[in-house]
Amino acid sequence: MAEYESHDYDVIIIGAGGAGLRAAIEAKARGLRTALICKSLLGKAHTVMAEGGVAAAMGNVYPEDSWQIHFRDTMRGGKMLNNWRMAQLHAQEAPDRVQELEAWGALFDRTPDGRILQRDFGGHRFARLAHVGDRTGLEMIRTLQQRVVSMDVDVFMECKILGLVADAEGVVSGAVGYWRPTGEMVVFSAKAVVLATGGAGKSWKYTSNSWECTGDGHAMALWAGADLIDMECVQFHPTGMVWPLSVRGLLVTEGVRGDGGVLRNSEGTRFMFNYVAEMFRAETADSEEEADRWYEDHSAGRRTPELLPRDEVARAINTEVKAGRGSPHGGVFLDIATRRSPEYIRRRLPSMYHQFMELAGVDITAEPMEVGPTCHYIMGGVRVEADTGAATVPGLFVAGEVAGGMHGANRLGGNSLSDLLVFGRRAGMGASDYAAGRSGAPKPDEGEIQHSITEALAPFERTDGENPYELHQELQEMMQTLVGIIRTGDELERALGELDVLRDRAAKVTVGGGRAYNPGWNLATDLPAMLTLSRCVTLGARDRKESRGGHTREDFPTADPEFGKVNLVQRQPSGGGVNGDIKIAPEPIPEMPPELAELFEESH
Amino acid sequence: MSVEAPTVTPVQLGGPRGGPAVRTLRTDNWWVQPTISVIVLTAFVVYSTWAVFVNKDYYVGAAAHRDLISPFYSPCITGSCVAGAHGTFFVLTWWHITPAVLILGGPLGFRLTCYYYRRAYYRGFWQSPPACGVGDAHTKYTGETRFPLILQNVHRYFFLLGLVFNTILTIDAVMAFRLPGDGTFGVSIGTLVLVTNAALLWMYSLSCHAARHLCGGNVRSFSTHPIRYRIWRFLTPLNARHMQLAWISLVFVALTDLYVRLVSAGVFSDPKIF
Amino acid sequence: MSDVTMNVWRGDGDGGDFAEYTLPSQEGEVVLDVIHRIQATQAGDLACRWNCKAGKCGSCSAEVNGKPRLMCMTRMDQLPEGPVTVAPMKAFPIIRDLVTDVSFNFEMAKQVPAFAPPPRPEGGYRMQQIDIERGQEFRKCIECFMCQDVCHVIRDHEENKAHYAGPRFFIRYAELEMHPLDTNDRRELVRQKAGLGMCNITKCCTEVCPEHIKITDNAIIPMKERVVDASYDPVAWLGRKILRRQKASPGEAAAHGA
Repeated sequence: MAEYESHDYDVIIIGAGGAGLRAAIEAKARGLRTALICKSLLGKAHTVMAEGGVAAAMGNVYPEDSWQIHFRDTMRGGKMLNNWRMAQLHAQEAPDRVQELEAWGALFDRTPDGRILQRDFGGHRFARLAHVGDRTGLEMIRTLQQRVVSMDVDVFMECKILGLVADAEGVVSGAVGYWRPTGEMVVFSAKAVVLATGGAGKSWKYTSNSWECTGDGHAMALWAGADLIDMECVQFHPTGMVWPLSVRGLLVTEGVRGDGGVLRNSEGTRFMFNYVAEMFRAETADSEEEADRWYEDHSAGRRTPELLPRDEVARAINTEVKAGRGSPHGGVFLDIATRRSPEYIRRRLPSMYHQFMELAGVDITAEPMEVGPTCHYIMGGVRVEADTGAATVPGLFVAGEVAGGMHGANRLGGNSLSDLLVFGRRAGMGASDYAAGRSGAPKPDEGEIQHSITEALAPFERTDGENPYELHQELQEMMQTLVGIIRTGDELERALGELDVLRDRAAKVTVGGGRAYNPGWNLATDLPAMLTLSRCVTLGARDRKESRGGHTREDFPTADPEFGKVNLVQRQPSGGGVNGDIKIAPEPIPEMPPELAELFEESH
Repeated sequence: MSVEAPTVTPVQLGGPRGGPAVRTLRTDNWWVQPTISVIVLTAFVVYSTWAVFVNKDYYVGAAAHRDLISPFYSPCITGSCVAGAHGTFFVLTWWHITPAVLILGGPLGFRLTCYYYRRAYYRGFWQSPPACGVGDAHTKYTGETRFPLILQNVHRYFFLLGLVFNTILTIDAVMAFRLPGDGTFGVSIGTLVLVTNAALLWMYSLSCHAARHLCGGNVRSFSTHPIRYRIWRFLTPLNARHMQLAWISLVFVALTDLYVRLVSAGVFSDPKIF
Repeated sequence: MSDVTMNVWRGDGDGGDFAEYTLPSQEGEVVLDVIHRIQATQAGDLACRWNCKAGKCGSCSAEVNGKPRLMCMTRMDQLPEGPVTVAPMKAFPIIRDLVTDVSFNFEMAKQVPAFAPPPRPEGGYRMQQIDIERGQEFRKCIECFMCQDVCHVIRDHEENKAHYAGPRFFIRYAELEMHPLDTNDRRELVRQKAGLGMCNITKCCTEVCPEHIKITDNAIIPMKERVVDASYDPVAWLGRKILRRQKASPGEAAAHGA
């Protein structure tokens, strides 16, 4: 029987991005023995990549703004597939969460009267994003990280969690993993577990996500018996870098467009005016003059179509490129150089300036950028109870990108950072209450622990097997081609077949070297989660026979009102990990109470 | 509230370092910069020591229709000063060796404790470190925490003292325009040299880090100290040029002395422009 | 296509050596891309730390041709011709290959007394942009720890680690000391426990900072001057005695005045 190190806590939080950090702060503040576990070093989580800002209806720039309008924007942006209660809590609580960050040392940009400055972003009716230049995520993670450190939360870094472990009654009671620096096994037992593992973009070839975003949390929750919803809703951010190839997919913040940048095709046309969907026509400018007036004063015109929700813009870019009006490297042009002064650009978008200067040799104050869609965010995720973040298995709480429902079919820019704060706190509260009410020491099942360890170490036992790097590349190529931004039924079926093959090959992965900091092995242990995640996305995409938000079907190009009433719920009732059988079925989405439904009657 | 003793977790310093056991892996010419520093600083020290102890040819007086004094010898306030060179207000009549010794302490101390020169000589002379990513030449290192280097902390007083010298050199430069016995006002190459020298010294002094701190950098809140903020804003770009100003003003002081010296020694006469 | 030759350090705490890898060069690549290709094709267990590959997380710090660099932001075509040497950060113990144990930095982070603002007023804090810009510069820090690595105080003198916080934390202290709302005075702590006096301002931290933070000019030297105010300046000391404002920092005065 394999040996392992043990730790016991009241609450463990897996993942130290914004949501995990915020959950840890909450649990610790409530006096619980709290541990924070992260796959890389503290403060390196993907939250640092968030650029534009954190959406909160504080009304510092436009006093007319309110949580109701934010709520409405969020729901409309999500094509009404959102969990209304999550969207409501999010809109109501985000301002407090942002203010709280300031008390912990965050330094947001200011308005002339000394309040937090807010900027425009896609899909938000008013300038609503509190920001720090274009490095808001860094500011947020550093603030939360420093808070966690000052509260003396136990942080376990570079620890890869392989799976959740339940007790004999099926209550989630801990997690098993290994230390990346040594390769030694470790088990955390806990009265409550918070999953805050973030995204899953690493299953696609062109992605803005870092290596960590392998969908561990989605997969672990599913394997532990939790429900996943709407996994087909994957956001492709419209503006990723397309050249040089080695940085293809790297994010170009929406802030470029928020600050005046426009999209042009190879003919120099601002093509977004041709892609305004019916739903947004009433509030979107129909001429360049009107859009430019709007930048100066939002009451002088309707908003520019460049700032439509991300799914709309991504599809438009995709269409332009397919029609042969793309840029030399297969994107379109994002031009801010001709529209704003070099000083303004450097002050407002310093990291973008450096990113293009250093990686592509492009001076964005003088030339347009080349951009194209890149896999960015997964709206689908673990089904949770809005107020507590509780998943459908007891003992498990989920927050952040790994949770589903908040963003519906498409997420608005800036709503993810506020999501992390609002639901990180709520999951921390939910887990704390649950842990406080749970009697006796948690007893994670020894059999499950040993099974996970054996599986994880198996690649060392094999010889002449598959190379994990090759397998990962093939998975990414396949998902990019068959389950990318535009999908068809045939391709999705083919993808499921390919996934079966990849799964069989993944069972034969072999790695060389020892267990200490072995990236080949680390990747091998990430593969099961990526395969499960890819399968869930593909299954969801196959069954959602419509186009909605981040999910676009070429064979069903419009939204179907019937599908608008359901979540596609996936679960794995008989266990089995990556080899388990996934059941998928539509279930009605929770119905909005009338006072909120009123907000959507065309009167705004 | 002053926080002096927080609860401290014992520092875990980890195991052996491993890694390549070489002084540096740099392949570029990292030694060029420290070498240049050493050469220029040594040249200046040698020249200035000679200029100080030679004790002659530091003043061009009325006989040549000029009033040019070397910056190394101004203010000339000892009994040993040549006629006409010293002011009338204060003279140490009992001082008989070179007057420059008395003066040099101020500017020397200012440059010696200057944050930029510290970098230059710690890198160049002390090799601690000679360049980034190149091993320190010393096995023990305590920085500026002990005597004598802890005295670097008095830099701000040398800065203030430097301002006195700058003022005197400015007066020297202005007075030089009188061109005694050659009209009431005129411009010569010598006067321009003195003016440039004084201006560079002012810019060097004002770009000093202590100046930037004292004038406004020490406040927490700029918005409640608008005037200090404006001064700070003015000095900050100068401060960014502190290194360049340190070198230029250093070389120019020596050149100014050399110019006065050559004219005084009669190698050539100071040409009048108008 | 021409080839590139990489000399990459392989080893752990018990020692190691450079291993040579040759592979075809590709357009627009950065050092990290080449390391990844080595992993995928020649050495699956070559350890390197990385996350975002966009210069934002500060994970992939290493010494490229002897200089601390972010591997993800170092373009191959901007390095001089010839083999490229990639070694781990020297100041920290090696875990394996290019990965070092940077826990020193996390320990130092624990010693920083937290931000201590006054209670939040109704409607939130008010701060002016000009008051936060100094702090914002320091908060650009991505914690790549290359300034810590290049700082000879600990790079060449392991024994100093026990009482030296390093440039990364000097900017953290500076940020807090310059925060318009903070009420702590950390100057004595910075002088003693954090070892500010150990720094001899040779500016290597500023040279290597990938965020171009002017660590020395804008943080360390201002902090040294503030320490002079608190501990070394006789006139300031006398002034405090006369005014009976023991250790009152200008910030406190401002906070109380506001």
